[in-house]
Amino acid sequence: MRLEAIDAPSTPTTLLYPVGAVLVTFVVASGLVMMAGASPLAVFVLVARGAAGSQFALLETLTRATPLIFTGLAVAVAFRARLWNIGAEAQLYAGAVVTVVLGTGALPLPAPLLLPLIAVSAMLAGALLLLGPALLKTRFGVDEVVTTLLLNFVMILFVSMLLEGVLKDPTGLGWPQSQRVIAEARLPRIIEGKRLHWGFIVAIVSAFIIWVVMKKTALGTEMRAVGHNAEAARFAGIPVGTVIVKTALLSGGLAALAGFSEVSGLKGNLTLDLSPGFGYSGIVVAMLALLNPVGVVFSALFVAAIFVGADAMSRSAQVPSYIADVMVATALLTMVVAVMLTRYRIRRR
Amino acid sequence: MRLTGITKRFAGLVANDDISFALGQGEIVALLGENGAGKTTLMNILFGHYVADAGYVEAFGKILPPGDPKAALDAGIGMVHQHFTLADNLTVLDNIVLGTRRLFSPRLDRASARKKIAAIASDFGLAVDPGRPVGTLAVGERQRVEIVKALYRDARVLILDEPTAVLTPGEAAALFSTLRAMAARGLSVIFISHKLNEVMAASDRVVVLRGGRVVGERRTAETSREDLAHLMVGREVPPPRLGEAMRGGARLRLDGVTTDDSHGTPLDHVSLELRSGEITGVAGVSGNGQGSLAALLSGLIAPVSGTLSLGDAPVRRWSPRAALGAGIGRIPEDRHTVGAIGDMSVAENAVLERLRDRRFSRAGFLRADAIRDHAAGLIEGYQVKCPSPEARIRLLSGGNMQKLILGRALDGDPSVILASQPTRGLDVGAVAYVQQQLLAARARGAAILLISEDLDEIFALSDRICVMFRGRMSEPFDRASKTPAAIGAMMAGQGFETEQAA
Amino acid sequence: MMEAFEIFLSASFWVAAIRIASPLIFATMGELVCERAGVLNLGIEGIMVSGAFAGWLAVYLGADLWTGVAVAALTGMAFGLLHAALTVPLGLSQHVVGIGITLLATSLTYFTYRIVLPEVTSPPKIAAFQPLKIPVLSDIPVIGPALFNQTPLTYLAFATVAIVAWVLARTPLGLAIRAAGENPSAVEAQGISVTGIRVGAVMAGSGLMAVGGAFLTMSAFDSFFFEMVNGRGWICIALVVFGSWRPGKALVGAILFAAFDAYQIRLQQIAGDVVPYQVFLMMPYLLSIAALVLVARRATYPRALMIPYRKGER
Repeated sequence: MRLEAIDAPSTPTTLLYPVGAVLVTFVVASGLVMMAGASPLAVFVLVARGAAGSQFALLETLTRATPLIFTGLAVAVAFRARLWNIGAEAQLYAGAVVTVVLGTGALPLPAPLLLPLIAVSAMLAGALLLLGPALLKTRFGVDEVVTTLLLNFVMILFVSMLLEGVLKDPTGLGWPQSQRVIAEARLPRIIEGKRLHWGFIVAIVSAFIIWVVMKKTALGTEMRAVGHNAEAARFAGIPVGTVIVKTALLSGGLAALAGFSEVSGLKGNLTLDLSPGFGYSGIVVAMLALLNPVGVVFSALFVAAIFVGADAMSRSAQVPSYIADVMVATALLTMVVAVMLTRYRIRRR
Repeated sequence: MRLTGITKRFAGLVANDDISFALGQGEIVALLGENGAGKTTLMNILFGHYVADAGYVEAFGKILPPGDPKAALDAGIGMVHQHFTLADNLTVLDNIVLGTRRLFSPRLDRASARKKIAAIASDFGLAVDPGRPVGTLAVGERQRVEIVKALYRDARVLILDEPTAVLTPGEAAALFSTLRAMAARGLSVIFISHKLNEVMAASDRVVVLRGGRVVGERRTAETSREDLAHLMVGREVPPPRLGEAMRGGARLRLDGVTTDDSHGTPLDHVSLELRSGEITGVAGVSGNGQGSLAALLSGLIAPVSGTLSLGDAPVRRWSPRAALGAGIGRIPEDRHTVGAIGDMSVAENAVLERLRDRRFSRAGFLRADAIRDHAAGLIEGYQVKCPSPEARIRLLSGGNMQKLILGRALDGDPSVILASQPTRGLDVGAVAYVQQQLLAARARGAAILLISEDLDEIFALSDRICVMFRGRMSEPFDRASKTPAAIGAMMAGQGFETEQAA
Repeated sequence: MMEAFEIFLSASFWVAAIRIASPLIFATMGELVCERAGVLNLGIEGIMVSGAFAGWLAVYLGADLWTGVAVAALTGMAFGLLHAALTVPLGLSQHVVGIGITLLATSLTYFTYRIVLPEVTSPPKIAAFQPLKIPVLSDIPVIGPALFNQTPLTYLAFATVAIVAWVLARTPLGLAIRAAGENPSAVEAQGISVTGIRVGAVMAGSGLMAVGGAFLTMSAFDSFFFEMVNGRGWICIALVVFGSWRPGKALVGAILFAAFDAYQIRLQQIAGDVVPYQVFLMMPYLLSIAALVLVARRATYPRALMIPYRKGER
C-alpha cells in the first residue's frame, strides 16, 4: 500500500470525506449503544431532541457551544502555526481566576468599564501561561505538547489551592468555591431569564476577527508560513520565533476568554468543575473545522449538541452520557483520516 | 540481468518509456543521461522502491516481483543510492548487519559479522572501521560502507546512483579501480552518471537515456565523447557568453570569517570580495563549506569571528531580514524545502520576503490587489508557467518554481546576488534561462556569488573562480588562468596545506 | 528539619518509591520502544487508563491475576494498532492522533465502566497482587524490603527494562527498530518493511503502557477509579526524554522521580500545615518540565522521530 499525492482535490471530495467521517462516527456510536442494550435510532432521536428539540434545548446547546468556540479558536490558531497547544484547559482556568480576582469587588467600576478590563486581563493571564511553553520551545527546543499538558495538571492544583485558600468563599460551607462576582462584572443574559449570555456573541465576533487576522493580515500569512514550513519562512526573513510567540499569546488569550465567559456569563463563581474538559474538546472542535475560524463556530455547535443531547438522553435511556465523549474522540480520528484522503490517494502497489 | 519494456509515469509525466537493456556478467555498464532523463527512476524500479506501470526485471533468469526490495536483495542485487541509506547514529557494523539476520533470531552475532567485513575489506581494498558511528565518517567513507553493505549480502550485481557526485577526483579514481576489481571477479556493475569523462574512463558499455527513453547504446571502446554528448543532449546548446558589464567596486566583503557548523562544514577564516558586475564562482566538492557560505549570505547565520561588510560598512546585526534589507537577492540551494512553501499559493510565495513592505501591507493588513499584481508581473516577466497566482506552488514543475524564486530574488535589482546551485535538477531549457538571467543581472552591475558543483557551469559563467576545501577558501583567480584539471586537484585539497602551515 | 532527611533512611519510604516507580517503568519502556522506532505515542495516557480498567475488570469478572495482566496488555495493543494504523501507513500527525487515542481510550473506558457497573457508589475491590518476599535478599536492610519484598508485577517491571535493553542492543529486531527510528530508508533499502517494524513497535509499546496502567488497579490499589492515571502518561513521556531514549537511564529517571514523589507525600505529612498540600502535588509535574528543559539541549533524539515514512515519495 502506498500514498499518492493528489494535486488539486475537487470540491465534492473535500466535502464528501468529512461527511463520511461524521457517518463513521455515528456507526461506531450505534455499536456502543447496542452494547448498552438500547436501540441506536431511538437513542439518536433522544439525543437530537435533547440538543435541539425545544427552545430550552437549543439555548442550552448555544450556551454549551460558547466556551467551545473560544477553546476551538485557541487551538485552531495555534495548530495553524504548528504550535501544539494542548493546554487550553489551563489557560481557561487562568482566565477564570483573573475574572474572580478582579470581579468580586476589588475594582468598583461600572460594568461598561469593568467587563472589558476583566476580559483583557483574563486574556493576558492566558497568554502569559502559554508564553512559557512557547519560549521553552523557541529557546530550548522543549516539546510544547508535554509542557502544556503537564501545566494543565499544575493549573488545576493551583486553582484548588486558591479555592481552599485566598479565594475561598467564607459562606461556602466548606465547598471549594470562590465568592460570586459582583453584578457589574456579570455578562448580561441575551434573553432575560434564560442561561444564554453575551459570551456567545463575543465568541461569534471573536471567530470573525480571527478569520480576518488569518486571511487578511501579514501576521496571519506569517503564521501559516511558519506552520507549513518553518525553514522556508525563516529564509524568507520571517522572524519564526517571534511569530510563534505572537501565536502563543493570541491562542492563550482566546482560551482564557472561555474561562472569563463561563464565570462572568454563566456560573458567576469559580469551582473546580468549571470546565468539563472544554480545553481538550477544543482540539476536536478545531480539527473538525479544519482549523478554519468560521468553521469553528459550526463544529463547536455540533460538539455542544452531542454533549447536551447525550446528557438529556442518558436521563431517560440506559446509555451512559460518556457516549458523547466517545463520539467526539471518534470524530476527531475519522476527521484527520478524511482530511488526508482529500490530499492523498491510497494505491495498492 | 535484463530489463524489458519498463514504463513509469508520475502525475502526467512519463519518467521511463519502454526501456529495455541487458547486463552481462563481469561487465560495467554506464547509464548516461542528463538530469531528469529518468535514470534514477529506472534504478529505483530495478531495486523495487518504485513499481513500474509496465515491463519487468529479470535477474539470473528469474522475473523479480515488482516493488519488493527484499526480492531484489535476495536475487543478489545491491544498490548504492545517491543519498546514502545509512543511519548516522548507528555504527558501521550495525548498518551493514541490518536486515541480514532473521528478524526474530535472538542473536545479532556481531563477531562473525566483523570477520566477514574484514574479509571483504581485504579482498576489494575497501577499508572500513566497523565500530565507528556512521555520522562521524567522511562522505567517501560512507560510500565505502554502502558498497561493503551490498557485498556483505553477496551481491552479484551492484548499482551505483551518481557515485562520484560527492567525491573528489582522486576519490572517484579509487572508486573506479575498486569497481574494476569487482568486475574482474565476475561481479556486474551499473553506474549512473551525467559526466562524460568518467563514463569514458570507467565503463565497458554505455546506455544513453534522454527524456525517459533509451536513445543509444555503445561499446565504450568504439565511441567518442562527442558522439555520446550528442546522444545525451539531443540538440546543441550554445554555451552562454560573458558580455560586457558595468564593473565597479566591492559590494560585499568577508574578512577572515568563521561560522558555526549549523549548516554543515563551517567556514574557516574565509576572505572574499564580491565586486559589482562580476560573477564569482565557488567550486568544490559538496560539503566543504558551501552550505555555510550560502547560509551566511542569506542571513541565516552570522559570523562567529571576522567581519562581513556591505559596501564599506561592517554589519552588526545579521538576519535574513537584514540581508534582504541590504539588497541581497538569494536563490537557495533547495527550492522545495527552503525556497518555497509548497502548500501556499504562488502569489504568497512571491511576496513572502516582503510581506511587511508598505507595498504589500498597510498597518498589518495585506493589500490583496498589489500582491496579485506583483505576482502576475513576476509570472509574466520570468516566463513562469502556472495555472493562476492562487495555485499552490507545489503544483509547479521544478523549472517553473525556480523561475519564480529567481524572479523574487532579482526583483528590485539587488546589488548582491547569491545563487546556490541555481540550475541543479532543471531541464536544459530552464538551465539556459536561469543562466541568461544571471548574466543579465551581471550586466546591470550586480555582484554575484555562484556556488555550483558543476565545474562546467562555473567555467561558463564566472569572471573569477575560488575553490573551497574543508571550510577554507582559495585565493580567487581569473577563469582563464587555470585548467579544469588544476581546479580538480585544488578541490581535493592541493594548495590548502601550505596555507594552514603559514 | 532533621525529620525531612530521616525519611530517606526509612525502608518504608523506599518500598513506596519502588511501588510508585513500577507503573512508570512499564509505561516509560512502552513509550521508549515506540519512540525508538520513530513514533511519538501520545495515546499513552488513555492507554494506561484502558489497561488499568481492562485488567481490573477481567479479574473482577473471575479471571486470575495474570490473565488480567494479559487482558490489559491486549487492550493496550488494540489501541496501539489503531494508533499505528493511522500514523504509520497513513502518516497522519502523531500529535493529533495521539491526543485522539487518549480521548478515545479514556472515554471508551468510562463508558464501559458505567455499562458494566451501572449503579455502584464505591468501586468494588478485587484481590490484588500481594508482595512476594524473596528469601535472604529481602533481609538486607533498607534495600532488601524495597527491592525484594514487592509484588510480582514490580519484578516484572524490572525484568521488562532488562528485556527491552537486551532486545534493542543485541538482537536483529532491536537493530531494525533503532534503524527505523534513525533513518527508515536504511531499513527499507535492506529489505525490511518499515511499516511492519513501526506498527509492531507501537503495538508492543502500547501493551507495556497498558500493563503500567494495570499495575495501579491490580497491585498498587485494588479497585478502579476515574482520574486514576492522572497525568502519569505525560510524565512518562518526559521520563523518556530525560533518559535520553535509553532503557537504563530511563529506569534511573523513573526511580528518582518516584523517590521524589514518595518524599513529597511524606513531607506533606510533616510540613502540611505550613505549605498547602497542592504545592506538593504540583511538584511531580513541575519536576517533569524542569527535567525536559534540562536535557532538551543535549538530547540526541531518534532522528526520524515524528517523521512519517512514505515509501517512494518524491
